Amino acid sequence: MKVEEPALVLEGIRAGYGDFQALFDVGLRVSPGEAVGVVGPNGAGKTTLLRVISGMVRPRGGTVRFGDVDIATTPSHALPAVGIAHVPENRRLFPHLTVEENLRVGAFIPAARKRFTERADYVFNLFPKMAQRRHQLAGTMSGGEQQMCAIGRALMCSPRILLLDEPSAGLAPLVVAQVFELVKRIRDEGLTVLIVEQNVAQVLRVVDRAYVLDAGRVVAEGASAELAADPAIRNSYLGGH
Amino acid sequence: MDPFLLEAVLNGILLGGVFALPVLGCNLVFGVVDVVWLCYAELVMVGMYAVWFLHTQQGWPLYLAFASALPLVAALGVLLHLLVVRPLLGAPPINQLLATGGVLFMLQGGAMLVFGTDFRSLGVELPPMEWQDVFISGTKLAAFCAALLGAGALWAFLKFTYVGIAIRAIARDREVMPLMGVDPRRVYVVASAVGGALAGLAACLLAVQLDVHPFIGLSFGPITFMICVMGGLGNMLGGFLAAFLMGVIVSTGSFWWNTEMSYVVAFGFFIVVIFARPQGLFAR
Repeated sequence: MKVEEPALVLEGIRAGYGDFQALFDVGLRVSPGEAVGVVGPNGAGKTTLLRVISGMVRPRGGTVRFGDVDIATTPSHALPAVGIAHVPENRRLFPHLTVEENLRVGAFIPAARKRFTERADYVFNLFPKMAQRRHQLAGTMSGGEQQMCAIGRALMCSPRILLLDEPSAGLAPLVVAQVFELVKRIRDEGLTVLIVEQNVAQVLRVVDRAYVLDAGRVVAEGASAELAADPAIRNSYLGGH
Repeated sequence: MDPFLLEAVLNGILLGGVFALPVLGCNLVFGVVDVVWLCYAELVMVGMYAVWFLHTQQGWPLYLAFASALPLVAALGVLLHLLVVRPLLGAPPINQLLATGGVLFMLQGGAMLVFGTDFRSLGVELPPMEWQDVFISGTKLAAFCAALLGAGALWAFLKFTYVGIAIRAIARDREVMPLMGVDPRRVYVVASAVGGALAGLAACLLAVQLDVHPFIGLSFGPITFMICVMGGLGNMLGGFLAAFLMGVIVSTGSFWWNTEMSYVVAFGFFIVVIFARPQGLFAR
């Protein structure tokens, strides 16, 4: 029997830090099985948006729901058990732990501990390089490998939605292409993905739909092919070609 | 080699084994919770009184006294965390130091009220071992082996259990932990219990070697913190190695000069290390 997968729905989200408001009335929806992108320039509020969804930043107004779970009132450490996994900005791996130990931290919640071997096999199957690097310290790997490890760590808790924050940040152009290839592979697995990126052109090739965020507001949304073809979007966010 | 010098070096290694436990405990708590338990040696003192009281006053067999003192001090560690440290987690470090320092004086004063200022002896001694004119105290050797077992158990806990790995992870990056479903506040409680248990084990091993009195913490508390800083505060392996180094310095110092002088040498060495390598002797 297939369990009804929940949708992620944000309505009228306002959020910020101190006097600074980062998000103004942001609405967003990710349906089960979809890959959705949030694109926009640096400082548009993309990271804040993901942090609201994983409970790291409490919204000042609006609602965030994942199925019937009210995220705004759930402690962030309870969200992996609900099915939300967040690969944070700059990966935030534990460099002094091995790849396998990083995966163990990702499988900390009781439900995930029971399935550790099964999930580790899944991750090693998805990223065969991680199987080779299993006992290597995470901090000694290349940027692309660390990104694989960070995504693998997030996949250990069998998430229903994967949040990716700037997976291409700080990586060489060739590696960026590899990382988007990984994202494509994950979404082809049928996993629901919400990805935040500055790298607009590349991300529009791997997602179904996207939202354009600028100065804390959603300024455009639509199917990725439409957005990529829209002259206004091309001029403002794609380097105007 | 002079058998007396060899004896001093061996005694220093044995001493280092016992120093290692409170050093590991302090480092664990500091690495995870980011608070220094200034009263750590006084937790050990309470454990030593527990062993002495249960064994000599209540007539319990020694192993039962040990088996009770260890969890008692572990529970004290949790209480210390919940009642004193947790409310001050966001406070400036100086306030946290003053608070755990206050607990130090409370425990000293409490021990004096309950047990008086007498030196209390367990009166347990294993026969010494002899090998080619070198005499080693059987009690010290047994305590050393137990300390190594304790350190080994801690290593296995940190290496192979989910909570242990999370403890090593949280020491590096606490903000990211909730994304993995880890509630840092619960990990702090576990780390405090383990830190307390190490103090409890140290108490059992010191109770058979030293007479307990309310100020016994002063005889190894300062050197414990010194070793922690020397190994790099929060660095478990560095602290472990520095404990043996310090044990040998103290022990050979008292062989060449006398016990008082050996601590002067040890502190002098500490000052030199801190000027030369302020990040700790074994920092990478």
